[in-house]
Amino acid sequence: MTLLAPTRAGHPPPAPPAARSGRRRLLPYLLLLPGAAWLLIFFGVPLLQLAAASLYDPSGSLSTGYAMTWAVSNYPDVLQAYWPQFLRSFGYAGLALVLALLLGYPLAYAIAQKAGRWKNLLLVCVVAPMFTSFLVRTLAWKTILSDNGALVGLLRDVHLLAPDGRLLATPFAVVLGLTYNFLPFLVLPLYASLERLDPRLLEAATDLYASPVQAFRRVTLPLSMPGLVAGTLLFFIPASGDYINAELLGTPNEYMIGNVIDSAFLVRLDYPQGAALSFLLMAAILAVVFGYLRRAGTEEVL
Amino acid sequence: MRVSRWLADRWVMIVALLVLGYLALPILVVAALSFNRPSSRLSYDFNEFTLDNWRQPCATSDMCDAVVRSVQIGFIATVVATVLGTLMAFALVRHRFRGRSGINVLIFLPMATPELVMGTSLLALFVSAGVPQGFWTIVIAHVMFCVSFVVVTVKARLAGMDRRLEEAAMDLYANEWQTFRRITLPLVLPGIVAAALLAFSLSFDDFIITNFNAGTTVTFPMYVWGAAQRGIPPQVNVIGTAMFAVALLLVGLSSLRGRRARRAALLAGPS
Repeated sequence: MTLLAPTRAGHPPPAPPAARSGRRRLLPYLLLLPGAAWLLIFFGVPLLQLAAASLYDPSGSLSTGYAMTWAVSNYPDVLQAYWPQFLRSFGYAGLALVLALLLGYPLAYAIAQKAGRWKNLLLVCVVAPMFTSFLVRTLAWKTILSDNGALVGLLRDVHLLAPDGRLLATPFAVVLGLTYNFLPFLVLPLYASLERLDPRLLEAATDLYASPVQAFRRVTLPLSMPGLVAGTLLFFIPASGDYINAELLGTPNEYMIGNVIDSAFLVRLDYPQGAALSFLLMAAILAVVFGYLRRAGTEEVL
Repeated sequence: MRVSRWLADRWVMIVALLVLGYLALPILVVAALSFNRPSSRLSYDFNEFTLDNWRQPCATSDMCDAVVRSVQIGFIATVVATVLGTLMAFALVRHRFRGRSGINVLIFLPMATPELVMGTSLLALFVSAGVPQGFWTIVIAHVMFCVSFVVVTVKARLAGMDRRLEEAAMDLYANEWQTFRRITLPLVLPGIVAAALLAFSLSFDDFIITNFNAGTTVTFPMYVWGAAQRGIPPQVNVIGTAMFAVALLLVGLSSLRGRRARRAALLAGPS
């Protein structure tokens, strides 16, 4: 079955076997060409361009142009200047990940194993937040966490929050926003894994005198590992590069590395610095991802 | 004793429902705020009920222009990305060829790269090539990050397809084109439609990559971002609620159609 069919329907021209197999061999490349070219030109080449930009002479500017001086020192320089934001990015993203796992695992498990006929409806509920705009949702948290809001009032009344305590513009708000915004990316692959879990395996484990905790640790958890790993990555990668939550729910004291990169490119117009920071972010994420994959021991995910 | 037993049996479901509540809360707030008359431009609190925002969603005309532009960009990017991605998926599932693993990496990488890095690198490319940024650079960027998701979605559908149906058609003297049009395409179509919807929602909602490649062109997310500094008009929440309602309607319709088709198949009996 080929996608590019003979032009005259009904009467395929009898092609000699050699020519036919030649065309057949070429066909996959023809199908791939436009998409692969697009990705190479607008994803691959720009990455190289960015790598080059990160080595430009930092004293240049957009109007005078940049000189390529192989300024490797850009990297230690930006790290020196912005290491707190780097640490904060990974700290917040990691904290949000732990929270998301605590919330997302029971949710995925309940939908996959306990929901019965409500399964599809609950799945729609998980995806539903993504039907509205990311920014509008994040702004809604501004209303929920507002100083005059019901939540802050309640927490102040029960003395969980000092009378002048705030939720908005704190690290808590940023972590909460990150957790919220990327939770569906964690839940969906986890659900896909848990859905395939045969409940009889759990019954067998309990029959063999495993406590619920043991059954979870020895059966459920290992079998859900592929989904857990995929979900963790889908959560962590965008969360550590995010700057919208920090900008809208935090203050400059909560700024993450994304905020710095954003302003380097769009406000300060310091391209070498922005490029070096972008590459450091990517390298750091890749290091975390590969380290994690090795420990999780499921490398087939990539 | 009984209560604790009941809790022990159902605590997973209870936690799950609470988490769903957490996920739903901001949507409810957006819907509520769409009926709000804010006390001041920078206030995010509920003040007074009004229907004005729904009656005049385009009171701030900049915002409606931005929504229209986002729809245009989303539409073009979706069509291009869906075509390119579907062709790639066919090549990957239906053909053996050299360089497959390289192509797989090329498709996987954009999904694993932080959006921020894709946005800034594309900006570096456009600036160094002297391309003025605007509508079309946004389209180019959106196609780029949507293609991978289309490939993955269509590939999943294609891989799960029964090849014997096509072989049967060929045995019944359908030529390749007829087989493709009458058998393959209808069977893959749900996958392609799902991929297109995913691409559109990714494109419509994208802020980070767009922000770096938009020049002075304003899409809806960029409008919201800009307005967040100056004060959000309540109509933003009208658009947010309307988007949610439309998406929910689409999901509802498709599941209804699926259910009716299944029931029809059941009534027709084993054929």
